[in-house]
Amino acid sequence: MVHYIDIILRSIFLENLPLSFFLGMCTFLAISKQVKAAVGLGAAVLVIMIITVPINNLILNYLLKPGALSWAGQPDLDLTFLGLLTYIAIIAAVVQILEMVLDRFVPALYNTLGIFLPLLTVNCAIFGGSLFMVERDYSFGESIAYGFGAGGGFFLAVVCLAGIRERLEYANPPAGLRGLGLTFITTGLIAMAFMGLAGLEL
Amino acid sequence: MSETKKELLLRSIFKRNPIGLLVLGVCSALAVTGQMTTAFVMSICVTLVVAFSSLTISIVRFQIPSSVRIGIQITVIATLVILVDQILKAFYFELSKQLSIYVGLIITNCIVMGRAEGFAMSNPPIPSFIDGIGNGLGYGFILMSVAFVRELFGSGSLFGFEILPLTTNGGWYVRNGLLVLPASAFFLIALIIWILRTVDPEQQEKN
Repeated sequence: MVHYIDIILRSIFLENLPLSFFLGMCTFLAISKQVKAAVGLGAAVLVIMIITVPINNLILNYLLKPGALSWAGQPDLDLTFLGLLTYIAIIAAVVQILEMVLDRFVPALYNTLGIFLPLLTVNCAIFGGSLFMVERDYSFGESIAYGFGAGGGFFLAVVCLAGIRERLEYANPPAGLRGLGLTFITTGLIAMAFMGLAGLEL
Repeated sequence: MSETKKELLLRSIFKRNPIGLLVLGVCSALAVTGQMTTAFVMSICVTLVVAFSSLTISIVRFQIPSSVRIGIQITVIATLVILVDQILKAFYFELSKQLSIYVGLIITNCIVMGRAEGFAMSNPPIPSFIDGIGNGLGYGFILMSVAFVRELFGSGSLFGFEILPLTTNGGWYVRNGLLVLPASAFFLIALIIWILRTVDPEQQEKN
């Protein structure tokens, strides 16, 4: 149990996807002008990561890995080179299905998350989460914990940034720094603050 | 076509830099900038993928039904990225380990998708190819500038060769620890954007 909590804490604070691996930056910077929108985006990322990382884990272990197809009588087959294509296809499919399911059964939630869902197919954070899962060889249980932690980390970071940017509206920076430049500096400062948590371990 | 081929190539480097103005593809841009070597290889990979995906998509643009175009674009891009990834793994295994997941992440790099959707879908193959190369170079330009500062002042070397002898090796240069941290990339990009926008005030955002 402690092992899983450790994975969650690590992925939220120490290995935060946007702040220390720069993943999902495009959406992260684009949709952080208001806290309300940021909460919606963060929640959508969290939900999709909890679903896609474990699914991709299953795909990797039962279809792609060398020897994974032995149940189908093909013990020598190694399909890992198809990995990238498969993961992105799974993510796109999950996003699409989630969108339809939400639209049909939970319209209230669909209205909050809906506009962000199509954006998230090409979000590096979500794709990166699956790739990190592959690279670190997580088991199925660990991949659920990782999906939760990584999505939670994105949620936390994007809401923090939106909170600060709302206040920055009132600032009067040099013309060249307005908007994008200042946002980058703010993100850098948040990243440094998160770094203060380095060494946190269970 | 109102722009000549040269303009098409050059405008993406300064005037309409994908990172500086359009905020595309920042995702992977910052992570590989700790060293010149990785940044250089990454720039080449992205340039190749953007150029060839634009070319391919532009060639088949009349055959793609618009309802499934995103899926087709991603398939084309993913196939090219798998090629690049496999080549790196086969011939430059050490480098591919250093770049870790970021080669795979070229698939979701918004520059590639953005150019496919925004330019290649509505233009003939040759200009699309040139536009792809231009955008790859614009991306590489920012990447290399950030990596230059980070490696030179953070580790005292360029492309792995020692330029400023570090105190830890008996030299005189005390390394700047901040530049090794990921956060420094954010500050450097912000500075580059500031410079680009001061030189060309048209890019400034309205307050």
